[in-house]
Amino acid sequence: MNSPEERGISLAALKKGRAGRVLAVQGGMGLARRLESMGIRPGVLVVKESNSFLKGPVMIRVGQAQVALGYGMASRILVEPEEAGPQ
Amino acid sequence: MKILLLGNPNVGKSVLFSRLTGVHVLASNYPGTTVEFVQGTTRVGGEKARVIDVPGTYSLEPTCKAEEVALRILEDHCGKGKEDCVVVNVVDSTNLERSLYLTLQLVAKRLPMVVCLNLWDEAKHTGISIDKDALERILGVPVVPTVAVAGEGTGTLVEKIARARVPTYRYEKEEIWKEVGKIVSAVQVICHKHHTWRERLGDLAVHPATALPMAVVVGLLSFFVIRFLGEGLIDQVFDPFFARFWTPMVHGVSRLLGGAGILHDIVVGHGVSGEIDYAGSLGLLTTGIYIPIGAVLPYLFAFYLVLSILEDTGYLPRLAVILDTFMHKLGMHGMTIVPMLLGLGCNVPGVLATRILETRRERLIAATIMAITVPCMSQLAMIAGLVGTLQGGVHHGVAVFGTAFLTLFVTGLFLGIFLNRLTRGESRELLMDIPPFRLPYLPGLFKKLAMRTWWFLKEALPWVLFGVLLVNLLEISGGLDFLGRLAAPLVQSVLGLPREAVGGLIFGFLRKDVAVGMLAPLGLNWRQITVASVVLTMYFPCIATFTVFLKEFGLKDTFKASIAMVCTSFTVGGLLNLLLKSLGGWGPGGAENASR
Repeated sequence: MNSPEERGISLAALKKGRAGRVLAVQGGMGLARRLESMGIRPGVLVVKESNSFLKGPVMIRVGQAQVALGYGMASRILVEPEEAGPQ
Repeated sequence: MKILLLGNPNVGKSVLFSRLTGVHVLASNYPGTTVEFVQGTTRVGGEKARVIDVPGTYSLEPTCKAEEVALRILEDHCGKGKEDCVVVNVVDSTNLERSLYLTLQLVAKRLPMVVCLNLWDEAKHTGISIDKDALERILGVPVVPTVAVAGEGTGTLVEKIARARVPTYRYEKEEIWKEVGKIVSAVQVICHKHHTWRERLGDLAVHPATALPMAVVVGLLSFFVIRFLGEGLIDQVFDPFFARFWTPMVHGVSRLLGGAGILHDIVVGHGVSGEIDYAGSLGLLTTGIYIPIGAVLPYLFAFYLVLSILEDTGYLPRLAVILDTFMHKLGMHGMTIVPMLLGLGCNVPGVLATRILETRRERLIAATIMAITVPCMSQLAMIAGLVGTLQGGVHHGVAVFGTAFLTLFVTGLFLGIFLNRLTRGESRELLMDIPPFRLPYLPGLFKKLAMRTWWFLKEALPWVLFGVLLVNLLEISGGLDFLGRLAAPLVQSVLGLPREAVGGLIFGFLRKDVAVGMLAPLGLNWRQITVASVVLTMYFPCIATFTVFLKEFGLKDTFKASIAMVCTSFTVGGLLNLLLKSLGGWGPGGAENASR
């Protein structure tokens, strides 16, 4: 099994409209915990709803919720793109 | 008994709180509306109970300031030895999985508990059905579906609070998400649903291609609605009221007081035998009542109506998303737009709402920029009135408001860049739940509007009366003239205003609307009005804002911010005066106005 870094791409780099499974959150425990409490944690499927423009926030759908997160944060979330679309 | 309302942000705790206690608190469709500790009372089974509205949290292991506050409230009220406490866990039925994370953390606390499945109607509409009996069996606590905005299920909730139980459910802490998953798959069924028009509208509001045009349209629309409604209310309701009822009453009082003398001048003002000059007579019953009620209230009402609609639809968090990149350049983050918009109504709730921001640095930058560059509705309404007295009103209106807002905006930009460099530390990145687009629930909207209007009258009326009284006494004693002479060099040469304007500038500290009112009799041209408006906005917040600022940020930072205010206002005011003078004949009225 490859490491998450090799299998995944960052959420910031994921294409708009594509789904991805969260592999890992890089950086401090603080961010990982914050994201986890909002349901964004390894193993969860997220759908990228809109790309940021000018490195602004990225919008994703996780479960039933829509969450906006800063570009920097999105860059630290590693996801594995899923072949099939969201539905 | 104590009842704590606990749940994720923006699940409707505040609405539920209002329903339970009859104490009306502000509720909006964005996370972080409740920033203060709020409590009220209700009756459970004939017994009085205290209800506490806890700020929203996603977790009991706090990850930010607001969540720390939530945890502290829980521990203070339901800690060891405080058995008489029931936790009402308010759950977003449309978002069960995430909500249950907090629910299970609460379960581990072994406190008497009730789970309230709020937004039940919305869940049904979106094709989500939750088996509440199954959830009740699994957790071992009462579960009640509610639609808090409409009051559905709140009666049952109160009954169940009396029967709250310590949960029976047990799990391994490390396995919490697995447990959440197990429960969700046992109780929830989601049917396929279609994209609704509201979702599409919500998407358009943040889509790169449509977001900015939409923001511009919303902004312009808001502006025109406020203007149309504000003016309409003045013409159709408030002016007729003053002409038909208030004026005869004031004449009566005037006769009663003998038509002259100091007491007469204080109560009904100077020279009311014929026409009443509501703006200039300085009486408590004339100027003192007319400013807050006749001039400001109509616009304030219109403003809060528009703001409340924007809040309740859920547009504001989307605006925060598209403005985030820009705001970061100024040391703030996107959500700062919420306190700024509130500040446009009145700076006091605006400064309080900066608590929505995470770090003290962001809050201080936002509050300072607000105090300097965001004019409040009281001031704007009075300026609109002042401009209305100029000949060729509409063009002057565009010139005054256009120039003033542009100047304030540019100043805010520079201040933001400057403060961002000057103060250490970074601004936190945006991480926010974007609520669904909702149609405002009208009874709730009107309640909120009534609350805000009442709050304005309660806060503003005494200060305006006090301000008008003080101005009048200074006028009678000749003190105003003395102060005018003292400050004349600065005001005349730097700002290009007549020396009588000094009084207005001084009283801006008390109330901005009174200050503008004092400028009314001076016959200023549109350039002078523009400079005066900008300086009045910037140089110092009114006493109420100043007090909140002091309370929120302490003496040292308030002092620093004050220095920034005074320096900025006279620099910008002076420059603006030079610029407008050098432009000479430009703008409405042309040269004859400028040479005045």
